[in-house]
Amino acid sequence: MAIVTQDPGLVQGCGCPVFVANESGQQKRLVLMLARILGGNVHDLENGVFIICKH
Amino acid sequence: MQSYGTVILAGIVAGFINRWVLLRYDYRHYPTYPHGHITHLALGFIAASLGAVAIPAITEPDWVAVTFLALAAQQFREIRDMERKTLSSLEEHKLITRGHDYIEGIARVFEMRNYLVILTALVTAGVAHLWGWQLALVAGPLMIYGTTKLMSGSTIGEIASIEPAEVSFDGALLKVADVPMMNVGLKAARDKIMSEALAVLIHPFDDEGRLTLQSPGQRMAIIHDVTSILGAKVDIGETELLPMARMHADKGYLALFIVPNEPDMDVLMEMIKRVPVLESARSSTLKSYWGRKAAD
Repeated sequence: MAIVTQDPGLVQGCGCPVFVANESGQQKRLVLMLARILGGNVHDLENGVFIICKH
Repeated sequence: MQSYGTVILAGIVAGFINRWVLLRYDYRHYPTYPHGHITHLALGFIAASLGAVAIPAITEPDWVAVTFLALAAQQFREIRDMERKTLSSLEEHKLITRGHDYIEGIARVFEMRNYLVILTALVTAGVAHLWGWQLALVAGPLMIYGTTKLMSGSTIGEIASIEPAEVSFDGALLKVADVPMMNVGLKAARDKIMSEALAVLIHPFDDEGRLTLQSPGQRMAIIHDVTSILGAKVDIGETELLPMARMHADKGYLALFIVPNEPDMDVLMEMIKRVPVLESARSSTLKSYWGRKAAD
């Protein structure tokens, strides 16, 4: 449903919105907001990229 | 020889009590609806009447009546459909669903109970007709006891052992013992899981048990029964804390985790033991010729 990253270079060719955050705190806030707005689950790819999915 | 009035009365009373006994209100939250109780008691009464009047119809003999009774018994097929529809429509708005396998099992049981009621009424009325109402007083309770025993299927406690397990995180990956469960991205959710989650490992006793636990429907039934007692800290749109059961594909055991409202490990383990083994999930394929060949 959405991808949140600090480094846009880590995400390529995807069909869903990518949100770029400036720093870690803002990224976590963005992830939480998107998860609650979209009703999805947050998954941490552990490379600084978070994805929000609907299961 | 008793009068037909006594014979029919004996059959109806035994059959109706049988339906009442089988319609226990239990912790699985079904049926909790008072109207559902009335529906099933009324249908149970009709089933008992059918069984009871069959004896006078046969002894008379009135074959037209017997044919009509056989036709009337067909109506009980509708019960399975009625239960399935009711439970499926309720399912749409549940946070933790029963699953279609469990619903199908419940619907089948409700249909079968009416046939057992007919059998109880028939046998009790038959005994009253042949040997008098005094013996019907013995036959009725015996039939009720017999059908109650017949209806109690096996449970998870009979096919597997349950032990408490540790919840841990490998980075964002939630693990129960050595079974990876899911990726939890939010730190708040990870902290909550670490402080409040309960987890168990369900070890099947044999390969048949492993196949049963592998069925997703059986796992949903386990999760549903457990959460109906312990509750789960899940809300609409916040599904990180949804209870989950995953199998270790190589070692064959099932890991289950839940963030309950009532954190009580003993109750959790007891509830899992009492979950019925679903008919659709019960495996006997390994007992067949080719199953034995495959398992050796």
